Amino acid sequence: MITSSVFAEETPSGNRVPSVVTKSVSDNEQSLEETSLHPKLSLLEKAEILLKEKSFKKKKQAVELLIEAGDKAGNNSSDSIARKWLENLLSGHLYQHRKDKTLVFVVDGKISNAISNALIENAQKKDFKKITTNNALRKQLRSAIARLDLSSPDAETRLHAVNNMLDDITPENAALFKNLANQEKNKNVKKAMQLGIALAALNQGSKEDKIKAIKEVAGSLHPSVRNRLALLADNEDKAIANAAGSALQKIESRIKMFGHAETLFFGISLGSVLVLAAIGLAITFGVMGVINMAHGELIMLGAYTTYLVQQLMPNAIDYSLFVAIPAAFMVSGLMGVLIERTVIRHLYGRPLETLLATFGISLILQQLVRTGVSPQNVPVSNPSWMSGSLEINSVLSLTLNRMYIVLFCLMVFFALYFLLRKSALGLQVRAVSQNRQMARAMGVRSARVDAMTFGLGSGVAGVAGVALSQLTNVGPNLGQNYIIDSFMVVVFGGVGNLWGTLIAGLSLGVINKVMEPWAGAVLAKILVLVFIILFIQKRPRGLFPQKGRAAGD
Amino acid sequence: MSMLDSIRQTMRRDEVFPFMAPKVSELLDVSHGPILYLEDLNVSFDGFKAINDLNLYIDAGELRCIIGPNGAGKTTMMDIITGKTQPDSGQAWFGQTIDLLRMTEPEIATAGIGRKFQKPTVFEYHSVYENLELAMHGDKGVWHSLIAHMNGEQRALLDETLETIGLKEQAQQTAGALSHGQKQWLEIGMLLVQNPHLLLVDEPVAGMTHQEMDRTGELLTSLAGKHSVVVVEHDMDFVRSIANKVTVLHQGSVLAEGTMDEVQNNQRVIEVYLGE
Amino acid sequence: MILFRFFSNLLKDDRGGQAVLLILFLMTILVPVLNLWVPADHPLHMPTYLVTLMGKYLTYALLAVSVDLVWGYLGILSLGHGAFFALGGYAMGMYLMRQIGDRGVYGNPDLPDFMVFLNWKELPWFWQGFDMSWFAFMMVALAPGLLAFVFGWLAFRSRVTGVYLSIITQALTYALMLAFFRNEMGFGGNNGLTDFKEILGFNLQADSTRIGLFIASAIALAVGYLACRYIVLSKLGRIVVAIRDEESRARFLGYKVERYKVWIFTFSAILAGIAGALYVPQVGIINPGEFSPLNSIELVIWVAIGGRATLYGAVVGAILVNYAKTVFTGAMPDSWLFALGALFVLVTLYLPQGLAGIMRHFRKAEAS
Repeated sequence: MITSSVFAEETPSGNRVPSVVTKSVSDNEQSLEETSLHPKLSLLEKAEILLKEKSFKKKKQAVELLIEAGDKAGNNSSDSIARKWLENLLSGHLYQHRKDKTLVFVVDGKISNAISNALIENAQKKDFKKITTNNALRKQLRSAIARLDLSSPDAETRLHAVNNMLDDITPENAALFKNLANQEKNKNVKKAMQLGIALAALNQGSKEDKIKAIKEVAGSLHPSVRNRLALLADNEDKAIANAAGSALQKIESRIKMFGHAETLFFGISLGSVLVLAAIGLAITFGVMGVINMAHGELIMLGAYTTYLVQQLMPNAIDYSLFVAIPAAFMVSGLMGVLIERTVIRHLYGRPLETLLATFGISLILQQLVRTGVSPQNVPVSNPSWMSGSLEINSVLSLTLNRMYIVLFCLMVFFALYFLLRKSALGLQVRAVSQNRQMARAMGVRSARVDAMTFGLGSGVAGVAGVALSQLTNVGPNLGQNYIIDSFMVVVFGGVGNLWGTLIAGLSLGVINKVMEPWAGAVLAKILVLVFIILFIQKRPRGLFPQKGRAAGD
Repeated sequence: MSMLDSIRQTMRRDEVFPFMAPKVSELLDVSHGPILYLEDLNVSFDGFKAINDLNLYIDAGELRCIIGPNGAGKTTMMDIITGKTQPDSGQAWFGQTIDLLRMTEPEIATAGIGRKFQKPTVFEYHSVYENLELAMHGDKGVWHSLIAHMNGEQRALLDETLETIGLKEQAQQTAGALSHGQKQWLEIGMLLVQNPHLLLVDEPVAGMTHQEMDRTGELLTSLAGKHSVVVVEHDMDFVRSIANKVTVLHQGSVLAEGTMDEVQNNQRVIEVYLGE
Repeated sequence: MILFRFFSNLLKDDRGGQAVLLILFLMTILVPVLNLWVPADHPLHMPTYLVTLMGKYLTYALLAVSVDLVWGYLGILSLGHGAFFALGGYAMGMYLMRQIGDRGVYGNPDLPDFMVFLNWKELPWFWQGFDMSWFAFMMVALAPGLLAFVFGWLAFRSRVTGVYLSIITQALTYALMLAFFRNEMGFGGNNGLTDFKEILGFNLQADSTRIGLFIASAIALAVGYLACRYIVLSKLGRIVVAIRDEESRARFLGYKVERYKVWIFTFSAILAGIAGALYVPQVGIINPGEFSPLNSIELVIWVAIGGRATLYGAVVGAILVNYAKTVFTGAMPDSWLFALGALFVLVTLYLPQGLAGIMRHFRKAEAS
């Protein structure tokens, strides 16, 4: 294991494993005769005796016995004692009593019998001695556990096991794959096994075998393939080196492509957040001509509603968001109606005054939360179904919470879009926004429509707050951080145009994320702001200018 | 393609770069008769053709009335002349040397075209006197305005104009407090002190009494000769009382031109105004 | 004599302005006497912290006047004037940093402490020259003026108006705040510039220096006020108001509106920069927080409370609000934002003319 530390890399589980095979485990066919064990003992009993020996060689034999025992245990191998021993040995939880030599597991200070699994009360950790392992043994253990998993009925487990073995493929494992691949029904597992076989061929095979294997692995993104090919690219044999080189290039370009895809995804998810934050503003600003500086605080209220809902149902966090969304809509929406009825009503047609008044409201709301709840951030938990990620392949995985945000954003957008385009309320809103006098003459109750529209925009802000509570810290300043970005999105997209808001938000998100790698997060943001400032000079009405009455005229 | 074109354009040696060419020739040249040439003008707003192949010539010193139904393109035409709207194609020249399409509103105003809006627009927070002072011809630069005071000649013109528009008593009143008709007068007064070669007057008598209308008519006819005047008006009686030449606009182009009687008997004009 | 006539003409119809300047004049005489010559145990003695506090208010008042000029008279609601204030402040801060010399923690004669800390080897180009007072004081006006000129030239030429302009001015100051927070910018990042020692050779901690700064602030306010008053009373002022009320009419009368806007905006930015430069040595620190959009909006409300388009209203509003802020944050810190928020709402709803409007109302009632 001389080179292992050089090429070692982090695996998903966080273990440091050597990714380059330097020497295969060759001597595991050693006979058991020399250990002079009573032939009538069971495999487990034999293993137990060997494990307690100091010699790593003996322990190694014990591991082999355990594998055999595990294989015999059959399908429910994951529950078998043999497997438990292997796992605990690997993680360093397997101990033996200093005197009576009983094998125990010591996990988090709890000591239990290694055979019966019964908890041993009043046991002192100091009475037990750890069964030590060395690097070679740990490597063997990992592959042993993986081999046991290969016979698991669960395809996920099998795939995971195969992938783990790929990191350090041995000829034995490759042979094992060859046997198993034919019976394997799951396509992904089979593919992974074939990759393993090819990888082994890269190590061992003849020149032709190697070239053939190179072609086979060329499309794979598995990190061990890359490492292997990188080594082969320096091969003395020109043909092999060239083949490996070009395969490597192909892989690199695929990785790059997936890298771009990831950036795009990050950009779109950031954009979705922006759209969510801005879309309520697009209604109040675009349709009503009101500059609502308290919009950010309405978002904040939505986030705090999520927090309160979770406080009320601590045992059902998974469902809390489904309660929080309508609740946040109501809370922020009602607050919006209140603001409209008490303040904004008096200021129609004076956008700059609405800006100042609503800014005052935003200060009041912030302080209200500070004194009413807490000046610190409050904890909001994520439901379990939002954590985790969708693994497309080994270089591209999309986190689920980002995916949900994108989906949620689109849902909110289209719900609003159809509400404004198709419903009676939408018709009235558009009528009032275009010609208040005429709409009133036609029997539209404009005051009610104003309140409803503002309430709608505010409610959507609340819903955005629920989404944001899953992504960022929830605190009194939450709203402030989003208000300027929201305005930028609305202005960039063109005031009064929902599609403009969507496209502007998404594209600003993507631009931001594309620039981030070389500019850094803060500079990217500054550049985006400068870009928008310059853009407004060129097109003062945004990407998709709206005709008719617009704010600021 | 277009880039190649622009490169070729830049490389041509027989022409001066557009940005180096003098923008406005200072002198208004009306030696050929017309003071305003509008040729093949086209403007469309989102598919709607507001101005459609418009050709119109105004002679120096002429008083021309322009009539036409709503949406005929009268106001859009004024917008083009004063630089507010850029046409899609066509030419607009002030005299023979001044290309209006390459100038901004203030440049056009300084070159000698004054405009009265359809809705009277005066500076409501300024007094009548100040309104006229602001409109007074002269240096309109930023630095000059910091130390500017009217000279005796200008002050005399201002007093005279106050007399003409009948607002001498209201000189120190804020313009916002004036009646609709008085605001119309004030705006006309602002045109007068601006001393333009060409006056564009959009609906000057809307909201005026008959008496006031008569006075406005007199004023406009007295201006003709020294200035050129283009009046857009809906009130036919008023038009009849002042005009000797009338142009009828319809759907963005000239439908008929001639004396009031000729125009009124024109078959196409009758169709447009009375319906098929 | 001519000078006196000139000033009396400027203030002829401006009773608020007369009062403001008179009080300023009295204070510049009284404050040094009460602070320096009345013994410390005498009840009339004015402690130095109070002198500095008042000097700070005066710089705020100058800032408010600069905002009033563009908002009240030109009709441009700038939500980014805090940026010009901060830029002026940074220019002054850079000069004060260089004056520290080798008395910093690291004792480096050329590099300010934070640069040594960041392992910078030499002074960046944009710090060159700030050791000379004349250059630094020139930059106090030039930096905000240039930014305002470029920004204004771009914005006004494209006829960005109304709320759009307000929003992009806000974006401007926000972008600057983010930029100045970065260590790489070379302005001390998060911590900004502080630990100043002396200005023009005078110890900044000395009472007499504090008095000097107070008097300088008072003079700057008075001169700034009179300059704005002169502009407002000139034909330029009438044109500016005309542009505010009927922009397109002004264009058709031959006024190049963009130029008027850009020059007034630039002049106002320079005033704001000078205010910032006087503010920094008195509070002893300048950091990126000064660019915060919140500050810029807050100072708009000073003007609104005082009454826009009345220059003295801006002075009164700035001093009143900041005095209230000092009292509130001392006595009951939690309620200050409530009060400020309520102020925003109530003033826009019920007091669109500000306090000056009330005064006018009473004067009219008195007259009739």
